[in-house]
Amino acid sequence: MSVTNITETVQYLTFQLDDEVFALDVAKVREILEITSITKIPQTPDFMRGVINLRGSVVPVIDMRLKFGMSATEQTVNTCIIVVEVTLEGETTVLGALADSVQEVVEMEPEQIEPAPHIGTRLNTNFIKGMGKHEGNFVMILDIDKVFSEEEISAVHGVAAAE
Amino acid sequence: MMEQAIATYREEAAELLAELETSLLELEEHPQDNDLINRVFRAMHTIKGSGAMFGFDDIARFTHEVETVFDQVRNGKLQVTRPLLDLTLQARDQISTMLDSSAGGPPADESTGQRIIQGLQSLLPHPQKAAPQDSQTCQPTPPSRGDNCQRTYRVRFKPAPEIMLSGTNPLSLLNELRSLGTCEIVTHLDAIPLLCDLTPEHCHFYWDIIITTPHTIDALKDVFIFIEDDCQLKIDLINDTCAITSETDANYKNLGEILVERGDLSTVEMQKILSMQKRFGELLVQEGILPQSKVESALIEQQQVRQARQEKTVQETALSIRVPAERLDHLVNLVGELVTVQAHLTQLAADKHDSDLVAVAEEVERLISELRDTTLTMRMLPIGTTFSKFKRLVRDLSSELGKEIELETAGAETELDKTVIEKLNDPLVHLIRNSIDHGIELPEVRRAAGKPAHGTIHLAAEHSGDSVLVTIHDDGAGLDKEAIRAKAIERGLITAASELTDKEIYNLIFAPGFSTAKKVTSVSGRGVGMDVVKRAIEALRGTIDINSATGKGSVITLKIPLTLAIIETLLVRIDENFFVLPLAMVEECIELSRADVEAAHGRNLAHVRGTLTPYISLREQFGIRTSPPEIEQIVIAGVNGTRIGFVVDDVVGEHQTVIKSLGKLYRDVQGISGATILGDGTVALILDPALLVHGVEQREQQQFG
Repeated sequence: MSVTNITETVQYLTFQLDDEVFALDVAKVREILEITSITKIPQTPDFMRGVINLRGSVVPVIDMRLKFGMSATEQTVNTCIIVVEVTLEGETTVLGALADSVQEVVEMEPEQIEPAPHIGTRLNTNFIKGMGKHEGNFVMILDIDKVFSEEEISAVHGVAAAE
Repeated sequence: MMEQAIATYREEAAELLAELETSLLELEEHPQDNDLINRVFRAMHTIKGSGAMFGFDDIARFTHEVETVFDQVRNGKLQVTRPLLDLTLQARDQISTMLDSSAGGPPADESTGQRIIQGLQSLLPHPQKAAPQDSQTCQPTPPSRGDNCQRTYRVRFKPAPEIMLSGTNPLSLLNELRSLGTCEIVTHLDAIPLLCDLTPEHCHFYWDIIITTPHTIDALKDVFIFIEDDCQLKIDLINDTCAITSETDANYKNLGEILVERGDLSTVEMQKILSMQKRFGELLVQEGILPQSKVESALIEQQQVRQARQEKTVQETALSIRVPAERLDHLVNLVGELVTVQAHLTQLAADKHDSDLVAVAEEVERLISELRDTTLTMRMLPIGTTFSKFKRLVRDLSSELGKEIELETAGAETELDKTVIEKLNDPLVHLIRNSIDHGIELPEVRRAAGKPAHGTIHLAAEHSGDSVLVTIHDDGAGLDKEAIRAKAIERGLITAASELTDKEIYNLIFAPGFSTAKKVTSVSGRGVGMDVVKRAIEALRGTIDINSATGKGSVITLKIPLTLAIIETLLVRIDENFFVLPLAMVEECIELSRADVEAAHGRNLAHVRGTLTPYISLREQFGIRTSPPEIEQIVIAGVNGTRIGFVVDDVVGEHQTVIKSLGKLYRDVQGISGATILGDGTVALILDPALLVHGVEQREQQQFG
């Protein structure tokens, strides 16, 4: 059974958080950077790591591990920032997602993708577009727009105000 | 291509409509000013003309009707009156609506258009009639098209020799022509042969007729309609008083030029003759009437003036370069990046200790700062463009409310960044509405209070350092302190026991939803207003200040920074974090030693030359957990009229800051208004002292209040 809203063969970028593999639609990815110095913005929740200088633009960076309830990302040689374009309130916004490592770009047919189970992922199922099967393992395909959706951001502000 | 032309037309029409409005409002003040009447007429004429050209037929038709009425004004047949201006202003709005509807806006109401036209026509002394000059003509000529333009034509009429054989009398044709306007007729005799060769039944004459007439070229051609094939006829328009050209001055072409244009003389021949001719000055000297030196001095004067005039025209054309705003924005962005790169270069040069490199870096720095200033001034617009809109607002609202209010403006030429002006518009509308509705009293109330019946709102702009001060001053009733206080107590903003200074009371009106208006009018009183105004001004990094005297009026002062793109700041450091503070707010920096802190018993107060200055420890505020150095620095800034210190580890120095937005994710972080990139590529955060102080005040109130 395939997921109804995925009908085409799409290329996905896979990346690792802890020892789990996640995937992103390649069309959403702008570039991948090595980790650089991140300037923390005071009075913001921990998973919002701060901002980086991306060739003269100021780009916010989010720690995906903290966002998904894991421990904070430890910096290693593989740590990287995936620069994505997300649609926020109808506008395209550039964001950096901090990941432990980037793996590869894979092509997945709609048949290879199953809908996310309602329980058991220990993640907000809204974030997950589907579960892809790749080389015998399950890959969680993220809906990056939803991960950084308006509600998520207003939740961010709630935390910021409470602190 | 066409679409682009249409877009340009829309843009131009919008500008012309704005000009039309300004001129009409000025005309109200000076109804006799012919320049203004002409400006109104020209604006309408251009809207009509280019409208028809780009297929905006409805606009062209409508404008034509209005223009026809204004033509009567221009000819002195109709007086400029208030009803006329009212209708013309409505017509302007109608054209604007039509323009919008063609761009996909809501359709314009045709009945409104009809009503305006009828209203305008009813103002005419008598219904439109044809120009009186027509009456003498025996031939039906089309009436002039409602524009009383005097055009001058040159007619060369050379009948075929046999013309009289067909029963045509050239003289009657000439007489007919004469009836159309003022005529000068020159008869050419050079074609008459010698008597021995002359055929008496032939016509050997031909004529040049210079005729000035309100009729069109077609009316002239109609005169010769029956003999078209039997004559050589050439009609040229040589002058048109309606055409908007710079050539309308009294000077006309030189004789030589006229002859060449007529084809009677070739350019080569003219040059030859001209070179034979001695110059006036040379002749004077030759005849001994004047010494050489006097002639030379006169020539120099002539040259000088000509040159000056020429330069003026060059400048005038340069003024009219039209550049899309986004291209300018892009340029400003590029300059911003350049400033960042230059900071990097300067730092590298300093690190390398290479004197040549330092010299280059300094040169680059100088050039870039000049480039930055030039680029930023390119985006500057005079604030007067918005002022003219307010004239209309005051005019319409005051008559709606039965008040007599005059808007005076000053400093309309003060320049501000384009985006700032755009964002300033709504707050200013709010403030002026408030003045009209709450400030200025009704005429009878004013008279009873011994004030002139008509109130005045004074809107002024002026430069002050790196800011512009915009003041709105009305001579109305002033703010009602007691009413504000009572309302604030009712709403729980203050307690009945609170002692407040006048300023603090005035500031209460910026609380969200605050309104003392007893009833809600169409103008104001819903209590959405002052808090929105305050927020809008703060978004521009500006401040707002109120002063008022009961019975005398109130003054609202807005202080707006000149630009939003690049500012001068003070760079400071806390641990490894860099921050910048707007330099304009910084007053001084002093040291804060550990001993000082202990002496103050943990209270955040510093002694500065005998006065107590409260301070905020940014380290604490931002939750930076490392321990502070032995000696910290306090940067003292003027925030809302009081001095507040901000404690940092180190003051690095001045920094040219290119403001970068932090984006949507961080938009609600209090006290941080943006970010900037330093020379080494690290990001520094831009602090907003006013908001930082506000946050601390709120927190302390929650804690102790």
